[in-house]
Amino acid sequence: MAQSILDIENLVTKFKTANGEVSAVRGISFSLKKGETLCIVGESGCGKSITALSIMGLLAGNARSEGSINFNGKNLLNVKHEEMRKIRGNEISMIFQEPMTALNPTFTVGFQLCEPLMIHNKLSKKAAFQKGIELLKQVGIPLPEKRMKQYPHELSGGMRQRVMIAIALACNPSLLIADEPTTALDVTIQAQILDLLNDLKDEFQTSLIMITHDMGVVAEVADRVIVMYAGEIIEEGTAEAIFNTPQHPYTKGLLSSVPNVDDPYFKLNPIPGTLPNLNEQISGCRFHPRCPHAMEKCIQHSPYRTKRTENHAVRCWLQEVEESEYRNYQPTSAV
Amino acid sequence: MNTVTTSRQVLYSIENVKKHYPIKGGIFKTVKSHVKAVDGITLDIFKGETLGVVGESGCGKSTLGRTILGLETATDGVMKFKGDDLSGKTPKQLKPYKREMQMIFQDPYASLNPKQRIGDALEEALIIHTDLEPAGRRSKVNQLLKEVGLKEEHYDRYPHEFSGGQRQRIGIARAISINPSFIVCDEPVSALDVSVQAQVIKLLKDLQEKHELTYMFVSHDLGVVRHLCDRVLVMYLGQMVELAPVAKLYENPTHPYTEALLSAIPRPVVGRKTERIRLQGDLPSPTDPPPGCAFHTRCPLATERCKMERPKWREIEDGHFIACHNK
Repeated sequence: MAQSILDIENLVTKFKTANGEVSAVRGISFSLKKGETLCIVGESGCGKSITALSIMGLLAGNARSEGSINFNGKNLLNVKHEEMRKIRGNEISMIFQEPMTALNPTFTVGFQLCEPLMIHNKLSKKAAFQKGIELLKQVGIPLPEKRMKQYPHELSGGMRQRVMIAIALACNPSLLIADEPTTALDVTIQAQILDLLNDLKDEFQTSLIMITHDMGVVAEVADRVIVMYAGEIIEEGTAEAIFNTPQHPYTKGLLSSVPNVDDPYFKLNPIPGTLPNLNEQISGCRFHPRCPHAMEKCIQHSPYRTKRTENHAVRCWLQEVEESEYRNYQPTSAV
Repeated sequence: MNTVTTSRQVLYSIENVKKHYPIKGGIFKTVKSHVKAVDGITLDIFKGETLGVVGESGCGKSTLGRTILGLETATDGVMKFKGDDLSGKTPKQLKPYKREMQMIFQDPYASLNPKQRIGDALEEALIIHTDLEPAGRRSKVNQLLKEVGLKEEHYDRYPHEFSGGQRQRIGIARAISINPSFIVCDEPVSALDVSVQAQVIKLLKDLQEKHELTYMFVSHDLGVVRHLCDRVLVMYLGQMVELAPVAKLYENPTHPYTEALLSAIPRPVVGRKTERIRLQGDLPSPTDPPPGCAFHTRCPLATERCKMERPKWREIEDGHFIACHNK
């Protein structure tokens, strides 16, 4: 397949707080290929949004990132502020969860849409306006000429999210990060937006990182999936691998926490407990206090990454147990 | 709870209930028009059942729940609780009915007073509705805390010390504290993370079995509704669209809106490529709902008749009602 456009290695993001330094992201590595859709899933507070903001360089002042984020051969963590501004919105752009808070209520849709075009593509005001109308048409907004002159509060939630997408796509970015783009929307509107994202991605060959907690949305759009828990990647693989053969107890728990619409006999099987606080000290595997299969080893040692297949890796000691059981089983069956 | 175990005893019966909010404008603040949040709902709620109410945001499902509980005064209609007509009753006369009906709110962060200890919040209803002594109230609160999966030592803590899931448990404890028979749950799990959401759903089910509660479960999450409810009402722009037992509604949705709603849900299954029914556009404004069938502007089956005439509410099968000309 195509070469990777984003390589993240051992990314650690820490925040200075009154109670000392806390790590929101604890050494994650992944890469993204051109035209690929990667979904990052996990519950709130697991570090998925912080990962996105680290890539965008939009973290708050008390945050510090270590490791490397290689985008098209440049390490974004070493890039100067001025240069980052040229990349942001141009080569990498982001769609936020709440379209109402992400759009500026005091400027027209047209102004906000033309801004990146005028700054990054150096278009004239007139040309930018024309391009803006085209973009609004592309994301399926009726009467684009009228909408350009309207303010965000005059649009519905779905319409605002379409405007956000149009702004994000304005400069044809090679990487698009969508942070829960449909969580605030109704299911019928959500379906429209997901279709739109899929179509646009195919059209422009954009790579997409989608952050969500909705497993249904993941199944709909993802090529590959990363499952995060308490700042770490605990399982990663192709969408098929994650949904059909989930390995980590947390992934399994997530999948069985969402009632299935099509299955009247669905058994709800919640994961006990809640996500730990960022400053909580947990030895060994960070999931062990909530894990139904926790063993002595899980409490003492952090599990390492085990590759199940070429496209599926897990961080869980159970993998090792299964493997050794398998190894022990082989000779006896041979005899 | 998909098997219908409900006895067919009507607990709450509402007829043609409407809730219109006036929009005032101009210098004399004259009433310009109305937002028809709930526009003519007729419905029987049976004892021991869970009735799901679903629809997009702005369809009036939350307003319906609040109107039924008397938190909003109905503009029109008859509401009968256990056979007694509630309309025209004074607040004092309504008090015994209010202890029978409680509500669990959507946002566990907004529904608790940040300056009130959890124990006090739970005790308040007991002070108003029971004549228990302080010691009796305290032990009742402790028992409630245990029942919803919290600990006795949480009595003296403040809301900010709890996580979202724990706060929703407190909201549930408060709702069941005076042994009501009917609880309106207004999106009780939509603000929670999936793993916590599953825990709270389980708690709601356990409590229903233990206390023989009747729930009206307002939600936009059709997966949760299928899992929890016995019957489901689909609403659109304040009007009833379809009402059916849960299995019938999900396996045989008849109204085009229900079909579209169900097919829009993203399923957690990979590689399932079925054609979805696409609804074009957004929900029209409830200030000025389209004439005829409210859904005709987005309906793939709309005909001339749908634009002129409001469809009648009719029973197409035992217990399965719809409002549509074309089905």
